[in-house]
This record gives sequence, structure tokens and C-alpha cells, in this order.
Amino acid sequence: MEARFLLGFLLLLSLSSFAFAIYEDQVGLADWHKRYIGKVKHAVFHTQKTGRRRVVVSTEENAIASLDLRTGDILWRHVLGKNDAVDQIGLSLGKYVLTLSSQGSVLRAWNLPDGQMVWETDLQISNPSNSFLHVLGNVKSGRDSLSLVCNGGSIRAVSSIDGLVVWKKDLSIDGLKLKHVFQPPESDTIYAIGFIDSSLIALYHINAKTGELLKHATQASSVDLSSEISAISSDSLVALDTSRSNLLLIKFMAGTITNHKLPLSDIVQDFSGLAELIPTKSNDIFVVKTPSNVAFIKVKGDNEIELIGKADEAGIVSDSLTLSEEEQAFAVVHHSNNAISFQVRINGREALTEGIKIEDHRGHVKRVFLNNYVRTDKSHGFRALIVMEDESLLLMQQGEVVWSREDGLASISDAVVAELPVEKEGGVSVVEVEHTLLEWLKGHMLKLKGTLMLSTPDDMAAIQAMHLKSTERNKMTRDHNGFRKLIIVLTRSGKVYALHTGDGRIVWAHLLTPLLQSESCPSPSVLTLRNWRVPHRKALQENPSILLVGRCGAGPESHGFLFIVDSYSGKVLETQILDHSIAEVVPLPLADSSEQKLHLVIDHKLNAHLYPRGSDALEVFVREMANMYYYKVENAKEDIKGYAFKKGCSTGSSAYCFGTRELWSVVFPSDSERIVATARRKINEVVHTQAKIMTNQDVMYKYISKKILFVATVSPKAAGGIGSAAPDDAWLVAYLIDTVTGRILHRVTHQEAQGPVHAVVSENWVVYHYFNLRAHRYEMTVIEIYDQSRADNKDVMKLVLGKHNLTAPITSYSRPEIATKSQSYFFTHSVKAIAVTTTARGITSKQILIGTIGDQVLALDKRYLDPRRTANPSQEEKEEGIIPLTDTLPIIPQSYVTHTRQVGDLRGIMSFPANLESTTHVFSYGIDLFYTRIAPSRTYDSLTDEFSYVLLLITVVVLIVAILVTWAMSQKKDLQEKWR
Amino acid sequence: MERSSALIGSIFLLISISCLINPISAAASGSGEGYSIAGRVKLDNFVTKGFGLGHSPKLSETKVILNGGQRTTFVRPDGYFSFHDVPAGTHLIEVSSIGYLFSPVRVDISARNPGKIQAALTENRRALNELVLEPMKDEQYYEIREPFSMLSLVKSPIGLMIGFMVLVMFVFPKMMDGVDPEEMRQAQEQMREHGIPSISNLVAGRS
Repeated sequence: MEARFLLGFLLLLSLSSFAFAIYEDQVGLADWHKRYIGKVKHAVFHTQKTGRRRVVVSTEENAIASLDLRTGDILWRHVLGKNDAVDQIGLSLGKYVLTLSSQGSVLRAWNLPDGQMVWETDLQISNPSNSFLHVLGNVKSGRDSLSLVCNGGSIRAVSSIDGLVVWKKDLSIDGLKLKHVFQPPESDTIYAIGFIDSSLIALYHINAKTGELLKHATQASSVDLSSEISAISSDSLVALDTSRSNLLLIKFMAGTITNHKLPLSDIVQDFSGLAELIPTKSNDIFVVKTPSNVAFIKVKGDNEIELIGKADEAGIVSDSLTLSEEEQAFAVVHHSNNAISFQVRINGREALTEGIKIEDHRGHVKRVFLNNYVRTDKSHGFRALIVMEDESLLLMQQGEVVWSREDGLASISDAVVAELPVEKEGGVSVVEVEHTLLEWLKGHMLKLKGTLMLSTPDDMAAIQAMHLKSTERNKMTRDHNGFRKLIIVLTRSGKVYALHTGDGRIVWAHLLTPLLQSESCPSPSVLTLRNWRVPHRKALQENPSILLVGRCGAGPESHGFLFIVDSYSGKVLETQILDHSIAEVVPLPLADSSEQKLHLVIDHKLNAHLYPRGSDALEVFVREMANMYYYKVENAKEDIKGYAFKKGCSTGSSAYCFGTRELWSVVFPSDSERIVATARRKINEVVHTQAKIMTNQDVMYKYISKKILFVATVSPKAAGGIGSAAPDDAWLVAYLIDTVTGRILHRVTHQEAQGPVHAVVSENWVVYHYFNLRAHRYEMTVIEIYDQSRADNKDVMKLVLGKHNLTAPITSYSRPEIATKSQSYFFTHSVKAIAVTTTARGITSKQILIGTIGDQVLALDKRYLDPRRTANPSQEEKEEGIIPLTDTLPIIPQSYVTHTRQVGDLRGIMSFPANLESTTHVFSYGIDLFYTRIAPSRTYDSLTDEFSYVLLLITVVVLIVAILVTWAMSQKKDLQEKWR
Repeated sequence: MERSSALIGSIFLLISISCLINPISAAASGSGEGYSIAGRVKLDNFVTKGFGLGHSPKLSETKVILNGGQRTTFVRPDGYFSFHDVPAGTHLIEVSSIGYLFSPVRVDISARNPGKIQAALTENRRALNELVLEPMKDEQYYEIREPFSMLSLVKSPIGLMIGFMVLVMFVFPKMMDGVDPEEMRQAQEQMREHGIPSISNLVAGRS
């Protein structure tokens, strides 16, 4: 009776806790979070004397951020929407950051210290185009200052305090493009200069306070004007012509415009090719960059110019920096091998040259931003922010790199997992053991204090620090549980990083594309990466390696290349420029004798090329060729085609090249359906059991096929985003297609539903997320597929005696009867990415990982997406764990795997198994990276880190003492009994 | 699917009617056919407790998202936000603020009645008179450690073990008192024969 009571009590305990939830002091125990900003495109320095030195940057990931200049840490960061690219940033009133975005139509002001948005103004620009922002320094109406936004032929003056448009001037001239606005000091008139259709120069005088047009003049230009200009003084500017070989000096004094053509070859002796103007601010100096050198040119008097300095090698030049009225500084950066030469030129003269060594995996310099500071002896010191080819950001000062940020990691495009090296056998010293034992005991005492809620804040900090520097998790070797692994990621710039799962540090990084750059491969870009060799049985002495595949040019016909990289060290083992193009890489479930995985590279002519090249690989493939299939989804043509392989290809006679033969095609009617999403099972997913016992002791057999493809189509009218379609015009059709035979296993239409569709396929089910227009809510549907042809195998005795057809091979050609079960639920949030947990043996129950619109990752139990849920489950069903049906999927805050962190601009979630069956790794990436380990059914196969060994020890001691005491007592009692 | 659609349909009708009663004023802006949606996010009524070490939910981190990511805006210090140049139709506004759960809001901009905007929370189908968005609840991302109590210690497996031991040590002998002395003697004799007093024997003897 007691035992039953105890069991019930334990059951109650286990039910009351969630599958995944962590305590606050467990943050950082298994997870790490890294924040990045992306490739910097603008930078504005703010060096207020009192405050912290900071720089405000905007990036190509549409982020704006304020960085600490001393450490490179992010003080604050905001990620704007996808279509809200930042055009320009500026500072206003010394306390606001202004950002102009969405092609000049949105102006926002952010509070500089904390990043709070102060105001936002929609400028209501009818035809967004290249715009620019000009912050007026000295128009002061009260404490306000104005910012001008010029877009084509219109100017808007915006108050910096509240963002209200003070005045608006539409010059309403066709083809007018304003190029420059400036204001002479102590004047209320602003001058706006623009070009009309690249042949006329126009000048406008505008009252800065009212926007009233005071005067205007136009003048025909002697050359065709390009869009590049450089303002050189209060009354003149320089423009380039469209041939990029002539300069035009434009002066506009007293309301008249004069222009003067100056061929570049007159100024720069060995000029050839196309020139580029570097924007400057004033002081009669401008900079022209030509392919061979950088020229600093000064304007003297009337139409006379003089070359005042020349930097010989073509380098990267920064914008000008005004030191004083007389002095203009530029930074010129050259890159050679693994060093940067950093040169500062003041008025064209060399002022400072520093050589700085940098790691060669960063590539070339892409951009440089110069800033100065005043030293204690009142001289100027310089620092520069440098953006490298791999999108990393460096701060350079006094000949060294002060800090660097790996912002390339903000643009991950693909990721795979690799193992770490096996630990070498070696002796462990006694001292070490004693030391670790002491540390271990200390740690557990602290933890015990934590559990008993007796710890002081200091202890809490100690616990946190202990978690972070725990040496066990950061070792560079494989561990028994499979917690330590390498995540190898590919970024947009083509750089490959290996990240350690322990703390997210970069183990190695390589920028591979420069290795290839040559005549035969003009602009290499890496497309994808795959595991190439995962040694486990035969080739254990070989290191695992990674395959990287890319294209030499932009078009789909350009030649491909491949790299094979050692995943322990990042060393390139093999480089190959291919003689064919690359459309897709298909990994095969086959390996050759040295455990290299077989891959088929499909080119744009639908020929398949087998890699690795080797006779045994060929033999293995040819043996299995009849069982190999390939399918292709053509989004543009709205069809899916399936292919088989045949010997001999159309382009060459190589033995490794195979042709394809079309087997089937599914064509969707283009007037009513458009493919919006496809999903398939992971090829390495493990399924533990194919039978499912129902509540009534029935057995259902899962239809488990690796060849299931989920396709979602929507009506063409609903192909746009939410808000663009009426419910009656929208429908969504979900298909399950067998990719071997092209058979449509299941088809379901959701009326009044539309995309975006996010789907995940695993085992015998698919879960997809879409928008229900009628209810105006998101919905998630689950479809489970069961094999009916095996349904009569219900007799357990038969199963035991082997009299069943379960061992018959599953083949797509046998066309088994299938049955589907399906259910739909509402879901609160928009979804950015969806994935499913995978474990080593597939026993642990699954969780669906949902990347929500708030950039968090939610782990939702598959039990909630079970078609067998009913409103009133019976007692048996309850015991089986079926949850009563609700119309909405619950969002339990404790099941956010990212807890209080956000993965900015979340793009992907990846789950990969640990060796421990209960545990899975979750890696999510966007601008930020977040990694953690979760146990969907709790860690049933190991003691958690929380387990209190000390408490156990104390209990054992207490028990022993109690036994001794009771024994002594019973002895005594016995004796008394005998005396009686 | 089909099961719930009828229900949803009828509720949808209800929303439409209630929305008609409570129209929200909106500004039709000058450029083109676009309208402006302006509203306010209110967090002040919610006091978060134990949110995290050194984290406090900030208005500056609050984003307002239109139609699942088509456009994103941020809220001003006073909580106001706006979208401009939004075409007529039915739209969805979501608020992302760490620490809070907001219901998405359905916003209808009428094409026939320019500038007329109606809004309703999609989660509980409540119509909004004005576009003031308040969190449905605050979100606690961490398990709360229960304060140290005897109960939690007793509930732990080790506590249960000790508890059971204590039970056996002190309660069972008490139970024994009610036993017939004859039977008791018999049992004790049995015990002496076997040498060791065994709990299992006692329990077996009882039941």
C-alpha cells in the first residue's frame, strides 16, 4: 500500500515539471549567446569628452549599433526590417543618431546613450530613389536644429527634436537629382546643387527657415555628368563625367554657375582606366582614385588645379576627416600578404605610416573609416575602423589592432557538425586529481548552498563564473556524452569558421576564396558545405573532413570548384576547379573504402558528376545506381521532376559523369497554384520504432520513407504577404509526394489560407505553419502517415514467432495503402524558422523548435501536435499522455530554449544529436548565434548537473549512523528483555 | 480543420459586428492610397518580478511588426508607434518585447470608407476601441527556485527515503502496540530463530 502511495507521489512530482526549463543560475551552463552586427557600411564617430567613446555603425544586415571604441563591445543595437536598408546615418544635436532608410523614405532618431528610438518620420516620398541626409549645423530656431533630406528634386527639412517636417520644397523639375546641399556659415540661405538629366547643372538658393525658393539658375554642362561629385569649398565642387576620365570643376558664385572641364590625364600622368571620386568636405582638396594610384588634388584660384600628393598603389581610401579649417586628413590603406600599411595623409602629404600585421584569414581591406583624437601634447592621433573581406571589423590605433570583431558570423548561410579529435591516452598526476577533487567538492558545496537558497550574491556570482570557465566543457577532445563538437559554418563572404560547442569560440577560420582567385576563376563564391568524411569504423586514423562547393562566377553556367578541408585544423586538403557547372549537390547514403561520402554534383544540363573520383567509389555507385533517384523542384515552372541515373553523359566521356533520365513529373496548374515551400526529412534521421501502439492495444505502423517530399502551394493571388489577399481568393494545398515514383501520397486543401509556409518533416509526420485568413490567425497542421498494408500484423504472437511481413523490404514501387491522420491548431506567433529535435537513436520524444517573430526559439512538444488529441480524452488516453484538445497551441514561457536571449534576425535552427540519447544540441543563427543543449524528455539517462552529490553523501552517512544507533538500541532492548 | 471553421466563422461575424460599433479613427495620408496606422504599446501596468540578472524589459527593445515581417518599427519613449502608407485591407500587427506575451492584432482598413480602421485582438477576439496594445501576460523564462522549505527537502527522493525510514522506525512499533500479545510473541520468536529483525517480515506479518 505504501509503495503504491509512493509511486503515485513520484508520478505527481514528475508531472509537475516541464520537459525543458532552466533555473536562472543555470544560464551559461550549457548555452552561449554571441551578438554580432554584420558587415559595416557606415560609421560615425562620436568622441564626446565626458561620455564613453563610441562609434555608431550601420551594416548590410540592416542593423544599427553603437560600439564602445575601447573594447568593441555592443552598447546597443537595433535590427531594422528586411526591406528597410539604411542609406545614411548622421549625428544631430550631439545626442541623437539619425538614420535614413528605405531609400530615403523613413527618418528615425535614436537616443545616443541608450538606443531608445526618439522619433520616426515617414517622409512620404512618392518615388524612392537615392537620397541623402544633411544635418544643418547652424540653423537654430530655439534649441532645435534642422536636418535636410534630399530625394531627387525635393527637399524636406526635419526638426531634430520631434521629427516634424518643418518645411517641404518640391522643385518639381523632371530629371532633377539634387547632389549636394550646403550652407555658408552664419547664413540663413542654403544652396542646393543638382544635375538635370546629366547635362544641366542647377543651383537653388533656399531660405533655411521657411524653405522659400529665393533664386535659381541653370547652366549647360560641357560633359555628360555622372553621379559622383565632391564638394571642395563653399562655392565649388568637382564632378566626374560619365566616361570617368574627365573632371568638371563647377563654381557657383553670386548666383551664377561656371564650369570647366579638366581631363584627368593632364593632372595624373599615367592615368588610364576609370577614375573614382572620394567624397570630401571642403578645403579645396579632392581625391581621385584611379586603378593604379590615388591622387590628392588641390584647386588653386580660377580653374587651376595642382597635384599635391600621390599614393602609388591603389589602396582603400577613407572619407575625409576635417581636423581644422586648413587641414583635411585621409586614410589610405594598402594590403599585402598578411600586413596592412596604414597611411594618414593630411592635405595630401604623408603624415603617418604604420604597418600592421593581421591574420591572413581576413582577406583584403574593404572599407576604412578614419577618426582622430587629441593627444596630451595637443597633436593629432589617428585611429581607424577597418572592414575586411571576411566582414570582420578591426580598430587600429598606434600601429596595432586594438580589437577585432568577427562580424562575418552575422551572415551564416550553411552549417554542419563535425567531431573533435579523440582524447589521447596519458597519465594523470595525483596532484591534479587531488586538486580537482577539492575543486569539485567546493563546487558542490556552492551548488548545495544554491539549492538550499542560502547563497549570497557573491556565491551566485561564483557559481556563474564556475559554469563559464569549467574546463571540462571547453576541451578540444571528444567526450563520452558527445556534448563537445565542432559546428562548422559557412558565411556569405565565403569564410568558414569552426565553432566549439562548449563556449562558441572560434577554433579555426579560413577565407578560402582568395586561394582560387585567378583567370580561370574570376569571382569565386562558396555555395554550400557538406560532411565529406566522417570516420567511424574503417578509417579511424583519418581526420574527418568537410566538402565545400562553390561557383567561379555569378551565372548558373559558370564552372564550379570544390575544396576539401580538414575539420580538426581547417587545413585545405584538396582544391579542384571543375570542368562543369554546379546546380545542386546531392549527398548519397554511400561511402567508399576510405569512408569518404559519395556526392553527386548535378550541373545545369542535368548531368550528374560523381565525387570522390576513385575506382572504388565508382564501383560502389554503379552497384547502387539503379536505386538512386533525384528530384528537382522548379519554382519558376511550377513543377517537380524525378530522375534516375544512367551511364554516359551528354557533355563528356568521363566515367564519373552520368546522365539522367526523367521518370515522372508533377505539374501544378500555374493559374491556381504556386509552390511556396518544400520540406523533406533529414537524410541522417534515425527512427527507433515503426510501430505505434494505440490506446485500444491496436498497432499502427508508421509509413517511414526517406523519400517523402512535402510541397505547399498557394493560389497566385495569395502569393504576396499577409494583407494583400482577400480570404475568398486564397487557398493553400499541401502535398506529400514520394520522390521515387512521383506518387502523390496525400493532398489536402486549406481554404482561405495563405503563406508564408514553414514546414518540417520527420519520421512519419509533417508539421506546417501557415496563415488562416478567415480567423486571421496563424495555424499549424500536423499530418501523420500510417502504412495500412501492415495493419493486419496485430497479433503479438505472430510478431514474436516471426510470422509477419515486417521484414519485407519497404519499396516505393509496392504502392502500399496508406492512411493519414491530421489535425490543425491555432498558433499565436509568426514563424521565421522551424526544425525538429534529433537524437542519437530516435527513442526520445520529439520537440518542434519554432523560431518566432520575436527572435526566440520555442520548444513545443510533439504531444501537442498529435492528431489523436480529443476534447475529452478517456482514462486510457490520459494515461497514455494524450493532452485534451484545445484550439490553440500553448506557449509556455519556460519552454523557450533561448530563455531571455534573442537571436537577432533569426534565420535558421539546427538540431543535432549528442551521444547521450536524451540530449540534443540546438544551434540557431541569424545576426546572433545561440547554442544550447536540451533534453526533450528530460535527462533520464544521466544525472543532471544539478544533482546534489553532497546531499546524497550526507544522507548515506545519516543512514549509516541511524542503522548503528538502532542496532545499539535493539541490542540494549534485547538485553533488557532477557533480564526481565 | 472543418471542425473548427464553423465556430470560427460565427465568431468572426461577431467580431465584425462589434468592430463596426467601435471604429478607430485613422489618418488617411496624402501620398497615394496608403493609410496610417498609429497606436500605442503600454507596458507600465506590468511589473516584472525576477526577470533576470541585470535584465529589465525595456521599451527601446520593443518592436512592432506588420504582417509577419513586411515592416518593422520601434516604439517611442511614450509608447507610440505608427505605420505609414499601408494599403486598405486586413492586416496583422504583432508586438515583440522580451518578457511579455502580446496578442497579435487584426487591423482592418476599410477601402470603401477611407480612413476607417477597426482593430481586434486575435487571441481572445476582443475588439479594441483604440489601438492601445497591452501585454496579455508577462513571461517568466526561468523556473523559479522554490524557497528552502522542509517540504521541498521531504519531497526530494532522498527526503522520501529518510521519511520512509523514520516512518518505519517510529510509527511501525506504535502500530505493533495494537497487535495481539500472543501473536507478537510468536513473531518475536520467529525473529530470534532467524537472527536478524527484518522489516519485511514485520510488514508481511501485518498484512
